[in-house]
Order: sequence, then C-alpha cells, then structure tokens
Amino acid sequence: MSVTFLGMPADRPFPRNAARALRDSQLRFNLRKATRTIRARRASVVAEAPDWAELREAGRTIKEHTLRNLDRYLVQLEEAVTAAGGHVHWAADAAEANGIVAALVKATGETEVVKVKSMATQEIGLNEALLEHGITAYETDLAELIVQLGDDRPSHILVPAIHRNRAEIREIFAEHMSGWGRPAPEDLTDDPAELAEAARLHLRERFLKTKVAISGANFAIAETGTMVVLESEGNGRMCLTLPRTLISVVGIEKVLPTWRDLEVFLQLLPRSSTGERMNPYTSSWTGAAEGQEFHLVLLDNGRTGVLADEVGRQALRCIRCSACLNVCPVYERAGGHAYGSVYPGPIGAILTPQLRGMGSELDRSLPYASSLCGACYEVCPVAIDIPSVLLDLRARARHPWPERAGMAAAGWVFERSGRLARLQRAGGRLRRLVPRRLPGPLGGWTDTRDLPEVPEESFRAWWDRTDGGRR
Amino acid sequence: MSSRDLILARVRRALAGVPDVEITRAYRGPSRTPGEIRLFEERVRDYRAVVHLVDEAGVAERVALSLAGRGARRVVVPAGFPARWLAAADAEAVADDPPLSAADLDAVDGVLTTCAVAIAETGTIVLDAGPGQGRRALTLVPDHHLCVVRADQVVAGVPDAVDRLAPARPLTWISGPSATSDIELNRVEGVHGPRTLEVLIVA
Repeated sequence: MSVTFLGMPADRPFPRNAARALRDSQLRFNLRKATRTIRARRASVVAEAPDWAELREAGRTIKEHTLRNLDRYLVQLEEAVTAAGGHVHWAADAAEANGIVAALVKATGETEVVKVKSMATQEIGLNEALLEHGITAYETDLAELIVQLGDDRPSHILVPAIHRNRAEIREIFAEHMSGWGRPAPEDLTDDPAELAEAARLHLRERFLKTKVAISGANFAIAETGTMVVLESEGNGRMCLTLPRTLISVVGIEKVLPTWRDLEVFLQLLPRSSTGERMNPYTSSWTGAAEGQEFHLVLLDNGRTGVLADEVGRQALRCIRCSACLNVCPVYERAGGHAYGSVYPGPIGAILTPQLRGMGSELDRSLPYASSLCGACYEVCPVAIDIPSVLLDLRARARHPWPERAGMAAAGWVFERSGRLARLQRAGGRLRRLVPRRLPGPLGGWTDTRDLPEVPEESFRAWWDRTDGGRR
Repeated sequence: MSSRDLILARVRRALAGVPDVEITRAYRGPSRTPGEIRLFEERVRDYRAVVHLVDEAGVAERVALSLAGRGARRVVVPAGFPARWLAAADAEAVADDPPLSAADLDAVDGVLTTCAVAIAETGTIVLDAGPGQGRRALTLVPDHHLCVVRADQVVAGVPDAVDRLAPARPLTWISGPSATSDIELNRVEGVHGPRTLEVLIVA
C-alpha cells in the first residue's frame, strides 16, 4: 500500500528535529511568547462559560455518534448538498483529491485561484499539485501568506507562521511581496497593524478579480447540506462570496448530523482556538448560494484506516482548534516543524502515525514526542484522550534492537530475585567503572537521561546486614 | 468500484460491531428569554467595535451623525432597510440593483444594514441576507459597516441564535471588525473585512 501523503517529507526522526530546533533561541522565544499569550486567553474565556464541561461532553458524544454512523451521515450530506444545487465528489486519497480540484479549476478556464486557510488542502499538498497543472494558488490567510511568501512550512494548525516574530514577518513582506503581486510599502515597519495593512493592500485586487476559490470547512451539516467556515480576517468571506466558483475540500470526519449541533461547536471552537468568545467571522452556506457554482470534495486520505482502530479512532473527533499545541511543553520548545507533518503537536503525534503508518523512523518516533503530562487531554474541547492513544501507539511501534535487547535482559534479571541480587552485588563492586554515558548503541538511552548512580549496597542487602537498622 | 463506494465500504468495514453512542446535551440550550442589552453592548465593545444605544426616534439622527463623522458620501443601502432611518443622512444611498460589482463595492464609503439576530453573550450580530441586509458581499468589501440592531433581535446565547436562524439562507456571523491573531498571537483589528464596525442598538 502506498504511504498516505501529509504535506511534508518525513525524513528525520523527531528527536533529531527537536534537538536542532532547541538550538534556535529565536524560535524558542517566539513560541514561548505566542503560546503563553494564547493559553491565558483561552483559560479566561473557558472559565467564563459556566457549562464548559457539559459542552465538552456534548462535543465528544456528538462526534462519537457521528463517527459511528459516518456512512449514513456522509450519504445524507451528499443528498442535501446535491439537492441545494451543489456537486459532490469523493476522493480516496491525496492524489485523487488533487486531480479532482485541478480538473474543476481547468474546466473554468482560469489559471489562478484564491485559497482560504485549510488543513485538508495543506495535508494533500494541493498548491504544489495545482502548480504542476499550471494553476497558481494564492494563500490569503495572513499566516499562510507569511509561510507562502517565505517559502516556509507551516508549524501550527491555527497560526502556521507562529514561529515567526514581527521583525521576521516584516523582512519576508518587504522582500517577497513584489514577487507575488503588489509590493509591500517602502516604509513598512514591524508594527503588527502595519503588517496587517500591508497584507490587506497586497491581496485586495486579487480578491476582487479572482474567479475561483478553494476552501476547507470546519463543519458540514448532514441534515441540511450546510458548510461552515470560521475565520478572523475576512479573507475567508472574500473567497467564499466573491468568486464565481467555490471548491471546498473537506475531510469525511468533518460532518455533523444536525444544524442544532452547531450550538455546541460554535461555542467550543472559538474559545479553544483563538481564545475568543466568538471569532470575528463565521460563514455558512448551503449548496449553490447566491448563484455560485459549488463543489464539495469529500476526502478520505487515510481517515477510514484510523476509523478502524478501536483506540486511535478518537483522533477523528479533532476539530483542529490547536489548544493541545498551545499547552504542550514539548511543542512549546521543539516547535511544529520537528513533527514533520502538517499536523504538529500532541494531536499530530497521534494523527500523523495513524494516517501515514509507522513505516518511517519519524513516524515511529512521534508517539514518544510527549512527556505524557496530560495537559492536551485536559484542554481538548472534544476530550480526545491523547496520552492513551500515545501509549497505544508506543506499544505498537517497532522499537530499536538495543532497546528490545535491553528490555529482554531486564526481564530475565527481574524474573528471579536471586538474579537481581547477584547483579546488584556485582554492580556495587564495579560501580566506579560504570560510565556516565552508555557505549555504542545503548548511548541512545543516555543521550536524554542521566544514568542513576549505582549504590554500594542494595536496600535488601543493607536490611539483611543490619536487621533493618537494628544492628 | 467508484471512490464513493470504496470510501463507504471502508467506513462500514471499520464500524462493524462498534456500538453507538448516545448524545448528551446537559449544557445550557436555547433559553428563549430576551438577551440583556447591556451585556450585548459591553461584549460588542470588547471587540473594539463602535456601539451606540438609541431609541427609535433617535436612529435617523445617529445614522446621519455616524456617516457625516466619517465624511461618507456614498453608502450602500440594501433593499428593505427602513427609509425613515435614512431620512436625516446627507450621504447618497446606493442600491444594489442591478447588482454592484466588487469594484463598485470597493469604491463606496460604507454600508448600512439591519441584522437577523444578535447574541448578547458573545457580542455577535448575524446577517441572513433578509430585508435590509442584502447579499453577503455588501457587508464585506466596504470599509465601514453600520448595523442597526433592534432590541427584540438580541438573544441570550449561541443556542438561541442557532434556534432562530434558517440554515438554507447564507449566514454571516460578525463579532467585531475584521481582525487577525497571526502576528505573535496578538489581536490586531483591520485586515480584509470592514475595519470599522458600528453597531446601533435601538432600545
């Protein structure tokens, strides 16, 4: 079976990526500042909702119920969208989805499209695929624009350019905007308001003239065929309303059964993601709205494989809020690029190896990219038990041979108390010879840990010698 | 086998023998009581929108003042916007008939609308393309959006709004002016949508 593509090459394991990121003090400073800001904001608006626990439980059960009846709801969604004048396409993997979108754009005769920030299209590498068909995709979300102009990779689900500070963003705008359209103002400073204004001017013309837009969706309502997109800047509204043709690429797990379910998710998502009572703009439309041509591309790309896993399927409840990234001590230090996937952080550590499989060293290392502190589970608005899934994946990952050999040896020693006592006596006598770092292939263990000091005498030996301290 | 059938077959195989889960809704549902005007006002202001509280007789004067204050000469007024609220304004009211192009919309000074529902708890106004609201682009391209909210349109929370709205209509939920948190996760107002949102509450 081919490996599911997740928008990024998976070449190096997490520890090596993380070690490199940790040496970048600017990156650590940027991440620390940004995650601290957002954590405080989320905590205050969540504390404000008196029924947060009940909303979270409703969010969890609605998603669970939907996943357990996914076939029925997908068919219902297809019928409702079609009845409202939209067209529904099904894509089993990234290549098929990209092919469908490219063909739809070509049919319009256009060679430029504007894009609303979307994880699904990041995941399938849509922009690169469209380029091969001679179609240029312009990202319009501010953070996506920063990533695109800087020829960079996203490092956060909600704020893909979280690793960049204002000074770096100014540099990118000043240097690269001219290559993509209207150049940045000559006297651009690093004031965030000025940077936002530069993005507004850069994209304005493009919004007004582009005929095709591509989006994802936060929710797709099976009962009514309604798509819902939450955003902040208005770039989403520009893409969703002005172009003549709208193509939405949506993961099959995004479906919700009823319109009423939005009363839960329109509370859970904004408070969890940007830490606001409500995000500035939410758009919803059903089928061909206001005379627009609408295409919905339903994407599998490994999701049905995850659905089959008893423990891991809960990852499909994810609504991509990124609260788990913002609280994660590992993410805060290592940054998003270390995860080698468009899905970084705790949710990425369980989603990526499930979608892509554990064939690469990177994907086998991701379930270990966690201290299992559980903060991610606590903030998750749909109560995904990320630590449990991590443990389950760890048990399934093929471990390196020195670790397996070490565990087998330890198992043999612990099997009989006599063996353990003999080893402890030998260890006590030879303790001055024990190195601080283990040699050869065992060095991997001491790279990230201190070897405990070997005592002269074990507790049991001391107890026997002194009769529990009485002699 | 089509990809549709393939995906549905994979889903069914994955779910074989998996028990269903019952949805629990112990949270605060629709209260069906009026929303608090004071709370709505405070929450809209939190987003750095401009808010005015007026009585019915004062709407026309407030609209005229707001437009004059910005030096607005031409504003889009969708069909169904009460003419009496426009009576005192000097600005030219531009109708969306025949439909204005995006470039036309970019050239006007602002837009005046009503709304379908407003939410006190979150400071949100929702437009559903009904009378006085027009199609979605009208409140998007111009840089100034003035929205008149009647007190009886203010509901308590999100569940009340979802309950009142019709999903078949294109909806736009607006909470403050266009903003971004993409630079160091600090909120900055004013990106692609209207940089000024003015809400006039008629109570």
